[in-house]
Amino acid sequence: MYAQMVKSTGEGVKTLDEMAPEERAFQEKVDQDIRIEPRDWMPEGYRKTLIRQIGQHAHSEIVGQLPEGNWITRAPTLERKMILLAKVQDEAGHGLYLYSAAETLGVSRDEMTEMLLSGKMKYSSIFNYPTLTWADIGAVGWLVDGAAIMNQVPLQRTSYGPYSRAMVRICKEESFHQRQGYDIMMKMAQGSEAQKRMAQDALNRFWYPSLMMFGPSDANSVHSEQSLAWKIKINTNDELRQKFVDQTVPQAEYLGLSVPDDTLAWNEDKGGYDYSEPDWDEFFDVLKGAGPANHDRLDARKQAWDDGAWVRDGLLAHSEKKHGAKVAAE
Amino acid sequence: MSKEWPLWEIFIRGQHGLSHRHVGSLHAPDAETAVKNARDVYTRRSEGVSIWVVEARHITATAPGDKGPIFEPSESKVYRHPTFYDIPDDVGHM
Ligand SMILES: [Fe+2]
Ligand SMILES: [Fe+2]
Repeated sequence: MYAQMVKSTGEGVKTLDEMAPEERAFQEKVDQDIRIEPRDWMPEGYRKTLIRQIGQHAHSEIVGQLPEGNWITRAPTLERKMILLAKVQDEAGHGLYLYSAAETLGVSRDEMTEMLLSGKMKYSSIFNYPTLTWADIGAVGWLVDGAAIMNQVPLQRTSYGPYSRAMVRICKEESFHQRQGYDIMMKMAQGSEAQKRMAQDALNRFWYPSLMMFGPSDANSVHSEQSLAWKIKINTNDELRQKFVDQTVPQAEYLGLSVPDDTLAWNEDKGGYDYSEPDWDEFFDVLKGAGPANHDRLDARKQAWDDGAWVRDGLLAHSEKKHGAKVAAE
Repeated sequence: MSKEWPLWEIFIRGQHGLSHRHVGSLHAPDAETAVKNARDVYTRRSEGVSIWVVEARHITATAPGDKGPIFEPSESKVYRHPTFYDIPDDVGHM
């Protein structure tokens, strides 16, 4: 997802009896769906795991602007350009809501940025794939935002108040993203032969990376068991991936495009599609930094951060000077 | 690392005459910039007609541990709610 492979404490989930009174009171609140707020007592592992998860999610929103920003100047019409600008601007907003939520846990925004740039914090694997044609912008909105929505809708009920509120805002804005992407795909799929080929090619390249967004199966992972108990994860990775496949296959059929999976078949018994797993070796390589666009993405973030330093410092100096003048005049 | 911009809490009044409501926070070097950024971050879909910004360090809050002594006294005062009183149907709407 936008947060993949987030490690929690690495220990098994404690039973209520094994917990000290403070922790038991905390867990009982979580079990009763009472939100945990920034100044409430929380286990250190909960706080740390959330910083990792929300931070990674925030970084993904910000880095996710890059593959789409790539097409703003080359959008085929002025209307498409305005729509794409609005969408990319939303993603900046999503990053900001999430950074603010993470900051309530005692980490500063600049610290998180530094950790992204030093490679200590990650962002979603999906943004390490390039957007080669205009159809890719359609595929990103349809599939990538579509997969993100799958994960974000349940997270509106997550136990941490500021995170949950950020998710509510984000979900309100996301469905426009997916629909504008599908709208691009419809235009392409109903267009000339060349446009159709372009749409099919985009689906071919983005299908498996989109399935990877949910992360490898975590049915037996201690990290994910703990996150589920804390309600900072609501569904397993496989549950969400299955839902995504079931939702997306008919949408591809409507477009007249074929999902690049020969084994794809409706399974009456489970009421869902059987499908092929993505290549998990590729996934781990991309996470480690060997994806097609990892270097470009981080370089772009570094450059923006370094080139913006004098602006950040200058504006702060100006504000302090103004404030000083005001105090002197009083 | 250079010094970080201060944190501002953002309050927005929506279209329908309701009070300003806390919507989130952001960093900005000064109040004017905080208002401009709040416009871009929190009102992209006409969510508001008025923005307040307050530097986060100026906010005083109740402590989570004081919840009991501060808020529990009102729980026993059921007579403060209209539903406490039984008014016969014959009296009509009240
Ligand atoms: Fe987003
Ligand atoms: Fe989005």
